[in-house]
Amino acid sequence: MALNNRYDFVLLFDVKDGNPNGDPDAGNLPRLDAESGRGLVTDVSLKRKVRNFVGMTKDQTEITESLTGEKKRFEIYVKEKAVLNNQHKRAYVGIGKPELLEGDDKKRKGGDAVDEARRWMCRNFFDVRTFGAVMSLGVNCGQVRGPVQLTFARSIDPIVTLEHSITRMAVSTEAEAEKQGGDNRTMGRKFTVPYGLYMAHGFVSSFLAKQTGFGEDDLELLWQALEQMFEHDRSAARGEMSTRGLYVFKHDSELGNARAHDLFARIRPQLKESVAAPRDFDDYGMHINDAELPAGVSLIRRAG
Amino acid sequence: MNINQGRKKMKIFCLEVIGDFACFTRPEMKVERVSYDVITPSAARAIYEAILWKPAVRWQVMKIEVLKPIKWITLRRNEVGAVVSSRNAQAAMNSGSGDLGLYIEDERQQRAGLFLRDVAYRIHAGFELLPNAGENNTSGKFLDMFERRASKGQCVNQPYLGCREFAAAFQLVDSPDALPAPIGESRDLGWMLYDMNYGNRASPNPRFFRAELKSGVLDLAKVEVRE
Repeated sequence: MALNNRYDFVLLFDVKDGNPNGDPDAGNLPRLDAESGRGLVTDVSLKRKVRNFVGMTKDQTEITESLTGEKKRFEIYVKEKAVLNNQHKRAYVGIGKPELLEGDDKKRKGGDAVDEARRWMCRNFFDVRTFGAVMSLGVNCGQVRGPVQLTFARSIDPIVTLEHSITRMAVSTEAEAEKQGGDNRTMGRKFTVPYGLYMAHGFVSSFLAKQTGFGEDDLELLWQALEQMFEHDRSAARGEMSTRGLYVFKHDSELGNARAHDLFARIRPQLKESVAAPRDFDDYGMHINDAELPAGVSLIRRAG
Repeated sequence: MNINQGRKKMKIFCLEVIGDFACFTRPEMKVERVSYDVITPSAARAIYEAILWKPAVRWQVMKIEVLKPIKWITLRRNEVGAVVSSRNAQAAMNSGSGDLGLYIEDERQQRAGLFLRDVAYRIHAGFELLPNAGENNTSGKFLDMFERRASKGQCVNQPYLGCREFAAAFQLVDSPDALPAPIGESRDLGWMLYDMNYGNRASPNPRFFRAELKSGVLDLAKVEVRE
């Protein structure tokens, strides 16, 4: 079931006493746009969470009959070992064209099957279907451009970074223990953002969806992942993170019926007058202008 | 109709393009990405193509106006340093079994990028019809189509500033001398990528030109382009 609509969406999520996305250049401090003081979360960080969510919730060997009757699978190509360490061989549904790999004409090796291989990868792997992938298929590294485009998330207001020194009541080596005369303590550091509300924008192109076979069922799964991805991404570093809003603008047409950024401007979280420093989602007022949407555009509130 | 005739009659569309970030990667610094100071003609062309492109049409960027001071931000991200191998995919398809997943810890690369921040450009471009356009592809048809789409904010995919994560807001400008005025800055940008020459489909060749920003305007109408 191919997509027949353009979608533009706004994702709002917050963090409380955690580090939403560390900056490897700055010793894992929360990412910061130094000039404006606002926090950043990269697009790839959000995509990672979507992948992990799908990898966790979808049986990685499941074959789903999609609405078109085409068999689809929800495997994740780019995996994180920490989450999915199940390296075992699995049976793949081949397309059964071994004769293509025979013959000594190296140039044509798989030449006719390149498109087929690309389609097969898209059919099997949710993340290839959704975000695209660079594949060494055919000429000049055929790329699959995915229909889903995500931007960096920025915090609504400037964030502050707190640095905490913490102690561990153990040491890692004998030598350290001797040096400390049996005190056996290690100091560590941890950075948190006391509170930050972040907003990211995203786009779904139906034209590119047709090229990768990204369908309505995949879209539903994507929305679900964006709503729930933080619920399955708990860790010591992250603190409390959760999706606070997912506002989807659905266009009646494939080309769209309005400028994406005019639609985005209708979603405006604003710090309440009485609050000096935000520490909770309730410190923000959500101003959502859903009055007189442009013709052919509807707002779907998936969350918030 | 030869191409020169078409060029005389080419209607110029002006788009105002705005974004939080941008990265027009210098080809000589691809590993740790470093952006050019301003948008390249090829990235500008891609913005127009995201709104309308047909095989019969070739976009030609004539002028780029820089509306905001050139500002930078550096960011380091974890990236994957591998591509999907078609051979492995083929093998798995044919044998019916295989291990295709890719573990990011094994293939991780940390790459810094020097990106542009808070950019805004006014881009002037027109298109010419290619000689093999065919009977029912008239430029009038595409002119109307582009104008309709750009003024309504319609696009095939959201245009972006060099990389897909840096989405661009675009707006059709009716009066190209509109405010704001370009920044009053002149600098020699050196040799800059003009576009890729796709004459050889298997390995496109880059073409370069000598870019000079004059009072915030990059004039591309008469630049000399070299392979």
